[in-house]
Amino acid sequence: MTWAEMQPLLEQGTLDTLYMVLWATVVTVLGGLPLGILLVLTDKGGLLQNLPVNKVVGAIVNIGRSLPFIILLIALIPFTTLVVGTFIGPTAMIVPLAIGAIPFFARLVETSVREVDHGLVEAVQAMGGGIPTIVRKVLLPQALPSLVSGVTTTVIVLIGYSAMAGAVGGEGLGSKAVTYGYQRFDTTFMLVTVVVLVLIVTVVQLIGDGVVRLLARRGRTA
Amino acid sequence: MITTSGLTKVYESRGRQVTALDGVDLHVREGEVFGVIGQSGAGKSSLIRCVNLLERPTSGTVTVDGVDLTALAGKGRRAGKDLRRARSSIGMVFQHFNLLSSRTVKDNIELPLEILGVSGAERSRRALELLDLVGLADKAKSYPGQLSGGQKQRVGIARALAGEPKVLLSDEATSALDPETTRSILQLLRDLNQQLGLTVLLITHEMDVVKTICDSAALMQHGRVVESGTVGELLATPGSQLAAELFPVSGTHTGPDRTVVDVTFHGDAATQPVISQLSRTYNIDISILGAAMDTVGGKQIGRMRIELPGRYEDNVVPVGFLREQGLQVEVVEESLTEETVVQDAATLLVKEGAK
Repeated sequence: MTWAEMQPLLEQGTLDTLYMVLWATVVTVLGGLPLGILLVLTDKGGLLQNLPVNKVVGAIVNIGRSLPFIILLIALIPFTTLVVGTFIGPTAMIVPLAIGAIPFFARLVETSVREVDHGLVEAVQAMGGGIPTIVRKVLLPQALPSLVSGVTTTVIVLIGYSAMAGAVGGEGLGSKAVTYGYQRFDTTFMLVTVVVLVLIVTVVQLIGDGVVRLLARRGRTA
Repeated sequence: MITTSGLTKVYESRGRQVTALDGVDLHVREGEVFGVIGQSGAGKSSLIRCVNLLERPTSGTVTVDGVDLTALAGKGRRAGKDLRRARSSIGMVFQHFNLLSSRTVKDNIELPLEILGVSGAERSRRALELLDLVGLADKAKSYPGQLSGGQKQRVGIARALAGEPKVLLSDEATSALDPETTRSILQLLRDLNQQLGLTVLLITHEMDVVKTICDSAALMQHGRVVESGTVGELLATPGSQLAAELFPVSGTHTGPDRTVVDVTFHGDAATQPVISQLSRTYNIDISILGAAMDTVGGKQIGRMRIELPGRYEDNVVPVGFLREQGLQVEVVEESLTEETVVQDAATLLVKEGAK
């Protein structure tokens, strides 16, 4: 395959990948953030201690995390069809991508939020703040750098998942690599796709690290 | 202003029960600085956390400014609306400051006002006013990470005052600070106490803190208050450990046939220069071996160890004179003075029935 032939495939693949990953990230954050906070609040000694809820949510998250993504992709086909109307194409892929990443991100959120100094929670309680205030004004802002780190990691995991989605009717770079690189034995194209994926991951990581550094710098230097 | 009665806190840990508070009765008067001192593990931290119900007492009641907080708390673990409202009128400062590193100094001070639902412009005005009050007017835009420990605690104090509380709880507020900063923070607390009429309940393990600013003090041991009262009352209590530590005196007999006595001035006593009167009236030479004295409102308070020539039998009349002046006199036995250690001073004293 010549470069002229590769270029449109790569462009389309990259756009599809970014589209899937971007929207999947949005859904993952919207779903995983409350779930992670719920895990912290309902845990033993938490502000909303409720062990049955904690155990059930924890179990669901663990099941979600232990299912191989490729299995989840296939298992979710009926659900995806129900939500999107089809299970093929980049839009349809957002559903399994998000569902696969939500448990992962929820655990990252849980770890980040747990690291917030309990003294700060106590201080806000002493001011008369309730749980919504504590979550909005203490837990989330204080955990923000760590949460951004978690989002970066999640985006990168989603890029990996999205490549896998290519095997089950998704679009994107992964799908292109499978169709043109693997099935047609075009090693050059395969390598080029991998390079593009590496570049995307690198850029995402750099942006994420940059934001974290920016957030963490608050209050350190004059 | 703050009254606890029969306050008990029992922690359950792996099936074992640990009693942190064992029937604590405490009374803090309006406008005073009250210090609770004790070693770590004595229960003072549990005590101060029970006052605003950050920890639920197992039994007993807490009343702050006439409101029974324990009644507001209800049964659930979560703090209801009434309790949260009551808490917002009790300021609290912490050993580790507990400032939000993600917010500027000014925004940290605004936080309690946000919780109270104060409008933005008003919040800003109050925060700047409070910053000025604690002497940090130029640090509004700084982040806590850019401040020194003492400055952080000033921000913590400003934040605690934002809700215009009548009561300030201080949880080891100076324990993470160096001695000089400690003094300046204590001075600030003293000023606020006097300017705003703020009642301060502080817990500490440093006797210096009590010495510097407290009007009253309580000593906690094993979850109980073993001594409590105003500094004057404590001094008037024979054998008081707190008095002995607040006003330590030492010094030993300089020779045989001498009488060493500890004289306690507890504020209500005569304001005349009794020692020189004693010397002149009975024509005896008195040496002062040691003294820890303060003058509060023109009255002398503290203890003094003096030596009179001759055995005790020869000094019955001068000692009687001191007692007539309203002073408390305890005779220190010769054999014991040699090993007198400041901390043990109280227990080593031969207790004379002081009338």
